[in-house]
Amino acid sequence: MSTTITLTINGIEQPVAVELGESLLEVLRREGFTSVKHGCDTGDCGACAVLLDGDAIDSCMILAVAADGRAITTVEGLETDGRLHPLQEAMIDAGAVQCGFCTPGTVMSGIDLLSRNADPTEDDVKAALAGNLCRCTGYVKQVDAVLAAARVMKGGPDVGSG
Amino acid sequence: MSDPVDSQGFAVVGHNEPKVDAYALATGKPVFAGDVNHDDALHIAFLASKHAHARIASIDTSRAEALDGVALVLTHENTPATMYTTAGQGYPEPSPYDTRMFNPTVRFVGDRVAAVAAETPEIAHAATKLIDVTYEALPAVLSIDEALAPDAPIIHGEETATGIHDAAHNIVSVVNVDIGDVEAGIADSAVVVDTTCETQYAQHVPIEPHVVQAYLDNDGRLVLLTSTQVPFHVRRIVARVLDLPVHRIRVIKPRVGGGFGAKQEILLENVTGLVTLRTGRRAIAELSRPEEFVSSRTRHPMRVRVRLGAREDGTLRAVDMEVISNTGAYGSHGLTVMSNAGSKTLPLYNRAPDVRYHGRTVYTNLPVGGAYRGYGATQGYFALETAMDELAAKLGMDPVEVRRLNHIRVGETSPIFAAIGEGKPGVEQTVGSCELERCLDIGAEEIGWADKRGMRYRDGPWVHGVGMSIHMQGSGIADVDMGAATIKMNDDGSFNLLIGATDLGTGSDTILGQIAAEVLGVPLAKIVVYSSDTDMTPFDVGAYASSTTYVSGNAVRRAAEEVRAQIVAVASAMLEEDPDGISLDDQHAIGASGERVSLEEIALRSLYGTDQQQIGATASFVGDESPPPFLASFAEVAVDVETGQVRVLDYVAVADCGVAINPHAAEGQVEGAIANGIGYALTEEMLFSSHGRVRNPTLFDYKIPAAPDLPRIRAILVDSYEPTGPMGAKSVAEIGINAPIPTIANAIYDAVGVRLKNSPFTAERVLAALDAAT
Repeated sequence: MSTTITLTINGIEQPVAVELGESLLEVLRREGFTSVKHGCDTGDCGACAVLLDGDAIDSCMILAVAADGRAITTVEGLETDGRLHPLQEAMIDAGAVQCGFCTPGTVMSGIDLLSRNADPTEDDVKAALAGNLCRCTGYVKQVDAVLAAARVMKGGPDVGSG
Repeated sequence: MSDPVDSQGFAVVGHNEPKVDAYALATGKPVFAGDVNHDDALHIAFLASKHAHARIASIDTSRAEALDGVALVLTHENTPATMYTTAGQGYPEPSPYDTRMFNPTVRFVGDRVAAVAAETPEIAHAATKLIDVTYEALPAVLSIDEALAPDAPIIHGEETATGIHDAAHNIVSVVNVDIGDVEAGIADSAVVVDTTCETQYAQHVPIEPHVVQAYLDNDGRLVLLTSTQVPFHVRRIVARVLDLPVHRIRVIKPRVGGGFGAKQEILLENVTGLVTLRTGRRAIAELSRPEEFVSSRTRHPMRVRVRLGAREDGTLRAVDMEVISNTGAYGSHGLTVMSNAGSKTLPLYNRAPDVRYHGRTVYTNLPVGGAYRGYGATQGYFALETAMDELAAKLGMDPVEVRRLNHIRVGETSPIFAAIGEGKPGVEQTVGSCELERCLDIGAEEIGWADKRGMRYRDGPWVHGVGMSIHMQGSGIADVDMGAATIKMNDDGSFNLLIGATDLGTGSDTILGQIAAEVLGVPLAKIVVYSSDTDMTPFDVGAYASSTTYVSGNAVRRAAEEVRAQIVAVASAMLEEDPDGISLDDQHAIGASGERVSLEEIALRSLYGTDQQQIGATASFVGDESPPPFLASFAEVAVDVETGQVRVLDYVAVADCGVAINPHAAEGQVEGAIANGIGYALTEEMLFSSHGRVRNPTLFDYKIPAAPDLPRIRAILVDSYEPTGPMGAKSVAEIGINAPIPTIANAIYDAVGVRLKNSPFTAERVLAALDAAT
């Protein structure tokens, strides 16, 4: 059975036709938001993480209908005025992007952390990324990237270069 | 951590250039095989065997075919009976031809029985449940010992299988190498240790599961867009299995979401391709996470016995390694992974005159082994480096010092290099670069070896210890692996670099671009890298055996040098100067006089002006040796003596990979490999029911390390230069994964005095070992 819900995806409110049993992940990928990756379907890997009303969630673990009327941010919505989000830039600069499959989900969890804690410790970052599995990096450069982004977002780009 | 000292004077090589694909990946562009969205695609689902071993007596697909939305059902009755190996290796593959697309006998729980192609994934899955199969159960073999029992059931009795060493006794392959007289050497030794270690079933867990799309192009050719490490092997093997000419298939490798060896295997391409050929429709197959665990590939579990004999001064007199490898139901990589357990480990200790390696690979009715980062060396090093630690303890020596006394050095060789190859003898070689001594110095200093070893610092129930191990790997398969590169010059003085080399997330597109940029005197931004499309790029064996930096990198270097010579010839005419005095730098050709002409002017003249020609070249490279990278590994652990839990508090991995073309990328390889190895050492284990069913095929129940589970892994790259490497580089991708199991086992011993010989070192195993010791 299908129905139509309203989702605000990356700031654009739109009607979306969904099946009642469909996950938000399936709907977002079908709508072309390919940054939202499909890694496990059980909420364990975090590759499908998006922001739902500002909080990072695994989009495979929520029915699309449960997101009716709510705001979703994916990596596609992070670029402003042709500039990447500081965390995306930090991930690239730190060498934290290897295969890149987990990168979008990891970025969303990092942004969630930075929205709550502008000055995280290394342990804060590790805890925030606990739900985003990465098999390539050993997390070292991912953690560095989140810490670097925090510096940039706090003090402007110049502070982060030190 | 930061740009290292630019010791070789390179402009692009040795610098942390951002990856050429990082922007697309960080912005979520549709760059993976599953990202291309097509409403008209058929979706493929698989029916898997519930039996560990059974003959399919009958299979009735009529109810599935009648389901609305089902386009096609494939079984052994309507698919090619061609025998092949799923191993994505060079031709001829050194793995037995012991499987068909669908086998009439199923050989493990999870073996492929049928596939359904339907309009939606849901319909395809529903239809698999409507396939009626009658099985005739056969006795199953669920361990190495059962496989080798005198009256063991035969797993591959089919007459059509070829390349099996002794099918009647479930033996896939045998390697016996005897150098000198190892028994005499052991008898002549002052100190002898004899240790046996066993490793578990483990899975690669790429975050992107296997995924393939197939479609027909406008000329009716089959196109496979596939997440693979071996596009050219995919083309060759699919052509054979589907009885198509190679030229009727195009394989495109997009971005790959991690492989680690799991994608050096032809698993989905033949089925997806056949669906497209039969229906004319685009088709997509994607493994679910449980299928990825059970039905893709695993690391071969091994039982490895090592005997070491040493003189009183600690130098090795005799080394004996005996390996039994479990390849599961099919022999994919069965011979070569077992061979590497010896060939990538024993040359490290080349002092002993008497060396023996005896290895066997056996079939069982369990999931299938395959290539997995480390490729047998990982399993071999557990026993070898545990034995070296035991030897140090028996001699009353520092484990670091015992390694220093015995490891191979520059200018030295080992008879093992020539004795064990991959399906044929190996290649003699002399080590041209080895900075292990400095790796040991730095690692010992960083971990605090002198202060912490034997101290057994105690914090409540937690007892601390430090452990170490050393390692080598190779750089490609000598005399086997070939890579090629094409470079052509464009109007604006930029270049296209076309490579068959297969970036599976390692950053090889970037580092190969850096090599080309270095030779051609341009920034990386002027190199447009395109990789792994069998229609568009030259051949390369693919991403495995730590080959890309060395083999493909040397091909790129050669192609770039040929292009440079062509550019210099044009510049010579333009500048009216001797070509020998012309260099390329800063996007210009610069004569001995200091006169300059830009690459853009050279390109425009060549394409549109005088002596018109496309400046460009293709070059190939095959290694006549396989220079080993080296690694010294140190860890500090804490063991909870009440619960048996082990925590890794600090990890230092010091690597000699020659010149790191891109230090960030090289460090990332070491950091990721160590993380993967820590999971393998402590938590990762496929568990089986008494009927051979995997009990934990989810990321909840099969625990890979998450960020809070790991210390900040400290990867340190030492200055080194490999004379035969491109810009002095060797490989680095695999070696790190060999280290955590022995390093952590040895650290546990330092902390609590017990030796763990079965991985992973779960709390239960550690507690049992502690209990047994008291």
